[in-house]
Amino acid sequence: MNQSPPSFVGRRARSLRTARRGPARYSAFDLIRRGALGTDWPRSFSQPELRGTYDAVIIGAGVHGLATAYYLAANHGMTNVAVLDKAYIGGGGSGRNTAIVRSNYLTPEGVRFYDRSVKLYENLAVDLNYNVMFSQRGHLTLAHNDSSLRTMRWRAEVNKLQGIDSEVIDPDHISRLVPYLDVSPEARYPVLGALYHPPGGTIRHDAVNWGYARAAEHLGVHIHQYTEVTAIHVESDRVTGVSTNRGDIAAPVVVNCTAGWASTVCDLAGVRLPLITHPLQAAVTEPVKMFLRAVVVSGSLHVYVSQTDRGELVFGASVDPYPSYSMRGSLEFTEELAGHVLELMPSIAKLRVLRQWAGLCDMTPDYSPIMGVTPIDGFLLDVGWGTYGYKAGPVAGEAMAELVATGKTPEIISAFDLARFAEGRLVGEKGAAAVGH
Amino acid sequence: MIRIPCPHCSARNSAEFRHVGEAAARPDPSTVTPEQWRVYLYERSNPAGWITETWFHTMGCRRFITVERHTVTNEIRSVRPAGSSGPEPAEALSGRADAGSPDAGGQA
Repeated sequence: MNQSPPSFVGRRARSLRTARRGPARYSAFDLIRRGALGTDWPRSFSQPELRGTYDAVIIGAGVHGLATAYYLAANHGMTNVAVLDKAYIGGGGSGRNTAIVRSNYLTPEGVRFYDRSVKLYENLAVDLNYNVMFSQRGHLTLAHNDSSLRTMRWRAEVNKLQGIDSEVIDPDHISRLVPYLDVSPEARYPVLGALYHPPGGTIRHDAVNWGYARAAEHLGVHIHQYTEVTAIHVESDRVTGVSTNRGDIAAPVVVNCTAGWASTVCDLAGVRLPLITHPLQAAVTEPVKMFLRAVVVSGSLHVYVSQTDRGELVFGASVDPYPSYSMRGSLEFTEELAGHVLELMPSIAKLRVLRQWAGLCDMTPDYSPIMGVTPIDGFLLDVGWGTYGYKAGPVAGEAMAELVATGKTPEIISAFDLARFAEGRLVGEKGAAAVGH
Repeated sequence: MIRIPCPHCSARNSAEFRHVGEAAARPDPSTVTPEQWRVYLYERSNPAGWITETWFHTMGCRRFITVERHTVTNEIRSVRPAGSSGPEPAEALSGRADAGSPDAGGQA
């Protein structure tokens, strides 16, 4: 274990001693024991000193950066790794998304990739010894017109060919799954059918971030919060390290996992990307009794709705119509979103909206991510995650870790390289990713 | 919400406009190399700061305008008809320039 000395004494020092023995293993027995004895829980993360040299530096402590660090340590034994973030763990898109996980995409490359992610999510709570509350409650994408019904059929066939549970169902079947949904022909946008994806569902995104961070740190990875990268050093087309507000780091590999801020970080290395950053707004209502089991998405109405385990309804929209790094909300958005939700479920008109927020989405021209190598040796990308980054966290981390450790691009992400824009190999996912959460 | 001081129609809600994209000069198709064309087609500076971009006033004058906007604060510091060179003179913008900032009052 590479634990640095405690930065201050007292509780932190005790927790570091615990960390040397390995973190407390969370279990029902431990919960009862600590509850009965009134003992404190050890801290999940420490605050290590910055080393001058790491084998790899990962920029961005969101789900992608933390998963990459975890799989580097767990699968490849690389533990001299730093994860840097200008703010705190999971404070960007990883803590702002609507936490929907699914794999019913449109292209075979996309379906295979996201399905691997769902499989990893299914076992994540056990792998990380952290309850990530993955609830595979089913995912419905509604079709309100013939062309979207046609796209649903197309997606269902591609999905089935890849072995994914996904089918088109009729309004009667939808009604049985989501009784509160207005599927009558009188609705303003009548529901003609839906793509039903039973393995899809929601997850507690903060738990995934914290679980990966805790497990990675246990394996020896350093997570440096409030450490902003101010420069990326490149010598004769090879990355040599980074400068941060806490000091310089030499590293042969630097991975950019910064999602919405990807263009600004790539600017430091002189790499230009085909990205445009848009805010995406979401909102949550006051909690009510459980009545909505499945995740309901309507591409035509630009809205997706799910109910959390606490009973709040989470609403998400499409991205704002112009690029911006502003994470302020707008009244037009909340009005439009609420109106569209009521068109689907008129009975919730009295529910009050509690909170509203926005996150940043780095949109690519083809709605697929950009992963892999760049013209600068050792500078790797895991960006372009647009509106679909969270569901890909585990598989992206696993694949990026393999790329860092072996130097070879894994087959599962080979279609998503930066060179595809020059070579005309775009992976068009707009039909399944534009509002399809 | 942001308000854009259209040079033809005065300050209007951004919902009246369509965002076209970062202002970029189109290379000459008869002489351009594939590499230059790729850069023009895909690469964006996407800065967290000042950007010069093109908007189209869909529900107003239906003309293209060039806007200088800060992408973090959404503040607008100049607008001019697309195709005209240089920022619009300050006096032409005065009286409605503050309407471009997100917190500005309601004069239109």
